[in-house]
Amino acid sequence: MALPQVKQDALAARIAGLSLDAKGWAANARATAAERLAAQGLPVRRDEYWRYTDPSSLTKPEVSGAAPDLAPSFAALDAVKVVFTDGVFDAGASDDLAAAGIELLSQADADIHWAQGLYGQLEARGQNPVERPLATLNTAYAREGLLIRVTGKAAKPVSVIYNQKSASSDVILHYLVKLEAGAELTLLESGTPGARFNTVLEVDVASGAKFHHIRTQGPDAERRGVTHIFAHIADNALFKSFTLTAGGRLTRNEAILEITGDDSVAHVAGTVMGDGKDFLQDDTIFITHASERCESRQVYRKVLKNGATGVFQGKILVKQGAQKTDGYQMSQSLLLDEDAQFLAKPELEIYADDVKCSHGSTSGAIDETALFYLQSRGVPKRRAQALLVLAFLAGVLEEIEDEAIAAEVQARLEDWLHGLTD
Amino acid sequence: MLEIKNLHVKLEEEDKVILKGVDLKIGAGEVHAIMGPNGSGKSTLSYVLAGREGYEVTDGSATLDDEELLEMEPEERAAAGLFLAFQYPVEIPGVGNMTFLRTAVNAQRKARGEEELSAGDFLKVVREKAKTLKIDADMLKRPVNVGFSGGEKKRNEILQMAMLEPKMCILDETDSGLDVDAMKLVSEGVNALRSEGRSFLVITHYQRLLDHIKPDVVHIMANGRIIKTGGPELALEVENNGYADLLDGVQ
Ligand SMILES: Nc1ncnc2c1ncn2[C@@H]1O[C@H](COP(=O)(O)OP(=O)(O)OP(=O)(O)O)[C@@H](O)[C@H]1O
Ligand SMILES: [Mg+2]
Repeated sequence: MALPQVKQDALAARIAGLSLDAKGWAANARATAAERLAAQGLPVRRDEYWRYTDPSSLTKPEVSGAAPDLAPSFAALDAVKVVFTDGVFDAGASDDLAAAGIELLSQADADIHWAQGLYGQLEARGQNPVERPLATLNTAYAREGLLIRVTGKAAKPVSVIYNQKSASSDVILHYLVKLEAGAELTLLESGTPGARFNTVLEVDVASGAKFHHIRTQGPDAERRGVTHIFAHIADNALFKSFTLTAGGRLTRNEAILEITGDDSVAHVAGTVMGDGKDFLQDDTIFITHASERCESRQVYRKVLKNGATGVFQGKILVKQGAQKTDGYQMSQSLLLDEDAQFLAKPELEIYADDVKCSHGSTSGAIDETALFYLQSRGVPKRRAQALLVLAFLAGVLEEIEDEAIAAEVQARLEDWLHGLTD
Repeated sequence: MLEIKNLHVKLEEEDKVILKGVDLKIGAGEVHAIMGPNGSGKSTLSYVLAGREGYEVTDGSATLDDEELLEMEPEERAAAGLFLAFQYPVEIPGVGNMTFLRTAVNAQRKARGEEELSAGDFLKVVREKAKTLKIDADMLKRPVNVGFSGGEKKRNEILQMAMLEPKMCILDETDSGLDVDAMKLVSEGVNALRSEGRSFLVITHYQRLLDHIKPDVVHIMANGRIIKTGGPELALEVENNGYADLLDGVQ
């Protein structure tokens, strides 16, 4: 079906400043993605998948924002640091990638590689049944990012640190993570990649492998970004991704997980703090169970105030034969005033008969009784509110397995919360 | 210590009047008990004194050592020395009991211009007090009152009281839900805190508690008023005869 002229024009305007790499190791995948993109066009508000979130600022040609000054989140941890400044690998500021003990390459430096067989593959699989054109655009035009392949247990986490210097940087980053059988890796991300950013993370988790992903976004005020995680999860494997989001104008975090091996575990979780009518944060999740005895969890909690909007669209698809699936989805929001709103669309689609799936979504105000109880013991009202908000959000931190990392995230959470409850 | 004069209270959202002129004076070091039929306004009185929202004081006053309580925020009342052991202690998921206690103790110390307790000192004190109330370490680690049994919740209230060392303690049916041994334990906890500078207002339905915590004065509340005041023998009279005679005497 030919794309309507307006959509063609919008796409042409968006990619006018981008160049398609026709020679590099991923040239084929990029060319295919560019073709797919030409057929898809860019998303618009009328698309069902964008009904709660207006994508126009993510798709328009021009970018505006501000350059924030953020302290990195995981500075205290012993990790391999990889710095991207305005979306470009910053070798000077990064640790020596060659000494990391794992295969770790800047995408820009990569030669023909195992990555050739993976680049764009999981993204392309994740376009069904819903199109995700911004991810397609990423595959076609990303020139930066990382390629990581792990065969054993990585000694240290890889910590990606984003540094934004330009107030109008428009950043596209594409990450490939390949965990061979039995391998284990923790990937951290913190900071703001650019005034506008589009990141794709493709993760291939082989049999018995474990992947942990923990990221913090913010707390800058202006950023606009869309992120996609595409994961393919084999048997006896573990996948866990946690995101802490604060600030920003528009943040859409998508995760598309496909579990194809038996006895695996996949969790995605998020904690969100939003303040002000310019704040919109959207978690859009799609988990497919195609194998037996797997467990998936979607756990999201958002605190919103002053007209901030939180969105959650989550789906669990249990395919025929995916017996003994244990699927759980819970999105909750705490609305600190009457102007804040939380929009949730939880979905279950089940084609197997012996499964345990549950989903729920709640929206509520601070518990006045608990507030009074704390005050009656001498805790000042604001402090009491902060305690209750923290208690609500911190519940999700249980999703982070590593205690040191969880403590770092908890510290950020408490820090950033001051701005919200003062 | 505590002086309540002609206190009238209605619900904020409705026209329902609950307290219809309560007068009560508790001197330093005294223990007073309030008994009275269900729905007579005992808990309402304790909530209004502690500063819970939802009530409107239409007349009267309540002072703690000559400071007007009713104009203070709940936390200011607490810092001024008022403590309410809740009839229904509140569960707070996600907030650890220890964090809660330490935040409360230090907030009050700060409000009074005292130095905050160090983590080590606090831990020592809390462990010792918890032990006498047979509250185990596990309960201290759990979120406030979450998953506590009825009796454990009540003991937790007394632990908070022991940690905060208030001068005016209001106990709203702290005996309900306690087994015989726990009742003794809690009473001992309360008696250990009795001192010249500390007063108690004990709300209860049962004489049994007053066997352990011997009151100086007993009040009967009915329909939003104190209808009779007497000595400990008044509680015995209620225990034996119920409220019918007392109520008849008023109407
Ligand atoms: N927030 C409220 N909304 C509606 N009615 C209320 C509210 N608070 C108190 N009341 C009513 O006021 C009256 C007094 O209640 P209160 O809880 O003070 O009684 P009480 O003497 O403590 O009773 P009990 O012995 O059963 O604990 C009751 O009729 C109760 O239903
Ligand atoms: Mg009561």
